Amino acid sequence: MAVLNISGVYKSFGPVEVLKDINLDVKSGEFIALVGPSGCGKSTLLAIIAGLEKASAGIISIGDRIVNSVAPKDRDIAMVFQSYALYPTMTVRENMMFGMEARGVPRDQREAALKRVSELLQIQQLLHRKPGQLSGGQRQRVAMGRALVRDPALFLFDEPLSNLDAKLRVEMRGEIKKLHQKIGKTTVYVTHDQVEAMTLSSRIAVLNKGVLQQFDEPQRIYDHPANMFVAGFMGSPAMNFMPAQIAVKGSGTELVLAGGAVLKLGRRLSPPAIGSVIVGIRPEHLTLATSKAANTVVGKVTLVEPTGSETHVISRIGNNDVTAKFFPYQAPKLGDDVRLAVDMDRICIFDAVSEQALA
Amino acid sequence: MAKTAPHDIEAAIAARRYFVTRVVIYGLLALFAVIYIVPFLVVVLNTFRDNIDVARNGLISFPRSFTLEAWPVAWGSYCLNGRCEGMSSNFWNSVYMTIPATIISTLLGALNGYILSKWKFTGSDTIFTILLFGVFMPGQIALMPWAYILGTTGLNQTLWGLIMVHVIQGISFTTLFCRNFYVNIPDDLIKAARIDGAGFWRIFWKIILPLSPPILIVTVIWQFTGIWNEFLYGVVLTTGKTQPVTAAVVAFAAQEQNVKEYNIISAGVLIAALPPLLVYFFGGKYFVRGLTQGAIK
Repeated sequence: MAVLNISGVYKSFGPVEVLKDINLDVKSGEFIALVGPSGCGKSTLLAIIAGLEKASAGIISIGDRIVNSVAPKDRDIAMVFQSYALYPTMTVRENMMFGMEARGVPRDQREAALKRVSELLQIQQLLHRKPGQLSGGQRQRVAMGRALVRDPALFLFDEPLSNLDAKLRVEMRGEIKKLHQKIGKTTVYVTHDQVEAMTLSSRIAVLNKGVLQQFDEPQRIYDHPANMFVAGFMGSPAMNFMPAQIAVKGSGTELVLAGGAVLKLGRRLSPPAIGSVIVGIRPEHLTLATSKAANTVVGKVTLVEPTGSETHVISRIGNNDVTAKFFPYQAPKLGDDVRLAVDMDRICIFDAVSEQALA
Repeated sequence: MAKTAPHDIEAAIAARRYFVTRVVIYGLLALFAVIYIVPFLVVVLNTFRDNIDVARNGLISFPRSFTLEAWPVAWGSYCLNGRCEGMSSNFWNSVYMTIPATIISTLLGALNGYILSKWKFTGSDTIFTILLFGVFMPGQIALMPWAYILGTTGLNQTLWGLIMVHVIQGISFTTLFCRNFYVNIPDDLIKAARIDGAGFWRIFWKIILPLSPPILIVTVIWQFTGIWNEFLYGVVLTTGKTQPVTAAVVAFAAQEQNVKEYNIISAGVLIAALPPLLVYFFGGKYFVRGLTQGAIK
């Protein structure tokens, strides 16, 4: 059953079109991440789902209802804000009760909901504090608690972790995932952090410049990005792009890179492509190779970035800087000449003009 | 003899320089304080002198007599234009005018500020700009229109008329204060409350007003002192018994008599000045705090 359906949604602020023809279908219990660079329209889309902004065109349905002209409070949603938006003059308890009081929920039900959620989030000992007396992580928890007490059909998160420091962010990320596994509420989660999107969601919607680029499961987005934008945005370090000329050879396809190296693909593309393409290779799909190995590129190491668990090595290959990942003790040194084998089963090929993926 | 390290000498010079600058600064501050306080002191002392003492030794002089007579006379039995009631009824007029006018104009300002910052609509910024004109408009400009309006509505010669004038004249300031304060309250709070199910009024009462004491104190002090001290509207739009205390004080002083009763006039001035003085005394630190609050961020 679809909990949320967005079809043909457009949004303009004056002459600026921030969302163009967005179509999304969210099933019950799904965790959807809306991800993209800042200014891509993801927060606007969330505000439209919440009813805080009006769509210029298109239809939003929650459950079986079209909600385009339904007020936010009547949409059966709850939202967690980036700034937490806790009411500063109220205690944690009053913050969590506020929505239920506004809706006239009977007292015993309010108390029961408060008890259930504060136990779930382990914030019982904070109930009598004001937001100003809480740490960042505690505020985050209370903000989620305020959303949870209402037991809505749909949860909306607007970059909820971006105000936390790196360590706490990872911790809270895990808690949000556990929470979703436990209660299974349908969730739409906006983030600019592709790692958060990958780790949390059942499906990811990648947006850029107001256009939905791809909507799929995380691993499929990672392995089979629909275009160069998605390929470059998802994954860190980012995918390497190298221009190449493509030609059909027998039952396979030959890719001639700018530097002269030849990569042989054991299959034909369909539909067949000729001329200029862009080859996309993820850093982990490059390995050190001997001179006898097939499908290799050669270059010189220009930068070595150890991260502890792995080392990123950037080499100059042809006219491109190419990043590869190594185990720290196997990584080449600065200035080394390297020969790297390309995992041909995992490369992506994009049209050089349209930047769309070629199958 | 032990050598003195050079930095000790420098430290000593610096300490002396610091001491001298402090003396100069506090000396100047004390001088200005005296300049401000002396006229006030003269007025206070004159209320305790009898009229013969004033006539013989001049207005500015140390008291050579002591009496408390002037206070009850100024309050309750001084004769003005044939009425021997002192200024008490005018004082109460001012109280009954200033308190409702302050409360109503402050609440309207808070409501306007809330709407103009958190519920913007097409043209709301234009309305705010137009409202701002009222801040720069001298009250005298509106005097004749007000006289006309009160005359046609039958509210002239009444406190209600003055209350209405002060409320409307005050809305520009109160709206400006509150709107600028509310602009700094994050919009996310309003959005969160809307999703929570709260409407316009619930958000105002439960979220905005509890955050407002700093600005409401500023607005109340501003309005209270402004309305209490206002003279022109009072003297033009009302007469005699319905006049506010400021008009009565001026009438005291302007009365044509052979001997001016300076002790009674002084007591009258002080009685009239007391309420704003008390408001500043108890609310002054909040006033300064509220005005500078936005600047620290």
